[in-house]
Amino acid sequence: MKRLILNLSLLAVLLASCAPVDLNAPMPIFETGIDSNAWAQIPAGEFYFGQHNEIQTTDAYEIMVTDVTAVQYADFLNAALADGYVKMDGEKIVGFYPGDEFRGVKHEEKIEAGAWLFIPLNDPSQRIKFDGSTFTVQSSYENHPMTMVSWFGAWGYCKYYESRLPTEMEWEKAARGLSTGSGSTRPFPWGEEIQLNNSNFYSSRAPFEDMKSFGSRTSPVGFYNGQKYGDYQTLDSASPYGLYDMAGNVWQWTGNVYEGMHYRFMRGGSKDVYDMDLRVWVRNNATPTYVSPGVGFRCVK
Amino acid sequence: MQFVKDRFNYLFNSTKGLILVAIAMIGLVTAAWGMLSGPMAEMGVRDWVVRVFGMDLIQAEREGRIVILYHAIAMAVIAIETYMLTGLLKMKPFFKTSINLLITVGYMLTLVFGMGFAYFGHNWAFHGLYITGLSLIFFAGILLCVALYPWDKAYHVADQEHAHLPGGVDLERVAFFAASVTTVLSALFGAMPGSYFGNGFEVFLAENVIRYPEKTTMEYSVIGHLHIMLALIAIMLTLIIGRWLNFKGLWQKVAMPLMILGTIVLNLGVWGVVTPLEPIAHMVIYVGATPSMLAALFLLIWSWNKLIKDGTVHLTKPNFLQKLKALVQDPLKFGPTWQMLFMNFTTSGIGIFMAVKLDEIFRVWPAREERIELTGHWHALSAIIATIILMYYGDMLGLKGKIRQLYGWSIIIFSDIALAGVTVFEMKRLFISEAEQQPLVNGLMYAMDFGLGMLLLLLAIVMVWRLVDLFKPKGRWTEEAAQELSEEVTK
Repeated sequence: MKRLILNLSLLAVLLASCAPVDLNAPMPIFETGIDSNAWAQIPAGEFYFGQHNEIQTTDAYEIMVTDVTAVQYADFLNAALADGYVKMDGEKIVGFYPGDEFRGVKHEEKIEAGAWLFIPLNDPSQRIKFDGSTFTVQSSYENHPMTMVSWFGAWGYCKYYESRLPTEMEWEKAARGLSTGSGSTRPFPWGEEIQLNNSNFYSSRAPFEDMKSFGSRTSPVGFYNGQKYGDYQTLDSASPYGLYDMAGNVWQWTGNVYEGMHYRFMRGGSKDVYDMDLRVWVRNNATPTYVSPGVGFRCVK
Repeated sequence: MQFVKDRFNYLFNSTKGLILVAIAMIGLVTAAWGMLSGPMAEMGVRDWVVRVFGMDLIQAEREGRIVILYHAIAMAVIAIETYMLTGLLKMKPFFKTSINLLITVGYMLTLVFGMGFAYFGHNWAFHGLYITGLSLIFFAGILLCVALYPWDKAYHVADQEHAHLPGGVDLERVAFFAASVTTVLSALFGAMPGSYFGNGFEVFLAENVIRYPEKTTMEYSVIGHLHIMLALIAIMLTLIIGRWLNFKGLWQKVAMPLMILGTIVLNLGVWGVVTPLEPIAHMVIYVGATPSMLAALFLLIWSWNKLIKDGTVHLTKPNFLQKLKALVQDPLKFGPTWQMLFMNFTTSGIGIFMAVKLDEIFRVWPAREERIELTGHWHALSAIIATIILMYYGDMLGLKGKIRQLYGWSIIIFSDIALAGVTVFEMKRLFISEAEQQPLVNGLMYAMDFGLGMLLLLLAIVMVWRLVDLFKPKGRWTEEAAQELSEEVTK
């Protein structure tokens, strides 16, 4: 009898492990009140860069207050397809990238001039839908960050609107603030420590996740702004410049192209990683064609 | 007073007592610090532990804390291996006493004050004592090299079944000596960057810089150091298991030269990463790893063969099932080499597979996925080393009958469930997308947590038993105080 119970328990765990995931499970809809078209002014000046607080400086620039949303990206695709900036290539959207200098360093891969993947359309995690003429966003994902977008797709979006991806330094300065004043070495955009309702990270018990089935999912941009959504009270987690989602929700592509590397770097951590990876200096990287439900971007100008 | 004196004498003046203390220390650290990450953090246990113990966890110092934690545990493991060595091999009593004394004080200082410094505020006196501990372990290592000097005629062998040179030099001792000398040198190889980074420079975890095309000499040195030290701990343990099982005959005669060659070449390859030979260093490492792994394979073949022969000696023509039964009838003798074989599934095999599939994996996967694989594979190797030590320790305890079966098979089954879970977790991106992975991740987490949890529970039971035993006037400890490992080598 004991053996039977043990075997049945093991079988139950095995079957549960193989259960299909409903990628279109109902998503709670919340209006955050944060304007995804807003830009924040970042002044010129010194700031603490990296884990070891190296002093760096940048010129002044503007950066988007939130990640680019799915609806913003759909609008871009509609406009860009119409004027030939992007094109369909089977089940994907591609656009031109002028290529990088190849130095033949170990593990480096060639990124030549040509049409590169912006977004795949046939991936079940893709929230942008195309009916043959118009791009739309899957219902309830409109104000969520654009995901399943490659580095080329992020680069192309910013370029189309005469902006660009932030450098890693610009990204970190926007998350951390100037080196003057208290808290300038903060590890998180809002301060020294992280609580579950500061941000959307792995197993943070956000209202969008269900770790028993589909796991973590994105939250609407600007969700963690101190508002109460139903029973869920968020903490205001803006950066010193009023930027949201600079820690958690989705990794954000940055614009640097480094010598001898085809990898592109991402910052900010995501819904899929533990809190340690949400520290402002933590870097992630991937090949520029990489797409993921946990990777998005924002632009600077 | 005599009560304390007797127990103290057992715990710190006998090989089995010293091993018990070190295992208990590792168990305590693993249990307490295991609550700071993974599912324990998810469940909020981490926050409770931090609050209750008054830990001071500054976000920017996480990597530094982890470096000290790894060293604290690793030094205790090295101490256990050293006790096994001084208990198994012939050496002058002065060396045995001095080595054991130095390494005991060394790992205790390292563990207690290193963890105190890292997790409970930065008391710089603690840091000094941590470094003192590491230095004492280093000196113990030098003394061990002297003690093992294989060309001393007192250690020559005449047994034709035992690998030796024509003049009588014991090749097994040469293998121990080679592993000890290269361990001491490789400790220096880590101590230099350790001093550099420990003096206010930028500490880092190797897995976080692995993709950068250009690394500094110090960074290469750290990466090389951590790889070679773990490899050397594994090599030393393989030799120890061979001595305990009384590895001899043709297989040993072939294995020992291979192990000596492999150990030396492997080290040369790793040290080569900080020289202009870096571009070919990996090839040298593969060349060195191959004979070392072959030597371990020969130990496996010999020991399985022996287990089968010994277990079927009463049968005239044993069939396959009878041979299989004989092979697995003593889990503590079968287990160590089985775990070495299993390591090829959890560690070496994955490494080779990843290298072969470089274009499809590392050049495509995000760095975080690669980090999971990197940290996973060496955690798995460390866990395998720990289980092998625990199996040998089970034999030292004199476990017999059903308890021996239960203890041995629990270690094998629980650890292998956990390690299989880790392996699939590392490789999951090959067969499942990020969006669809959660049920699989949950199942794997159950497997890992169940396996490791049960393993820790088993260890806790053994430790409590040993603690209770210490309060008995004629407990098992009284017998162990007088026993030595060399007298218990398999006949």
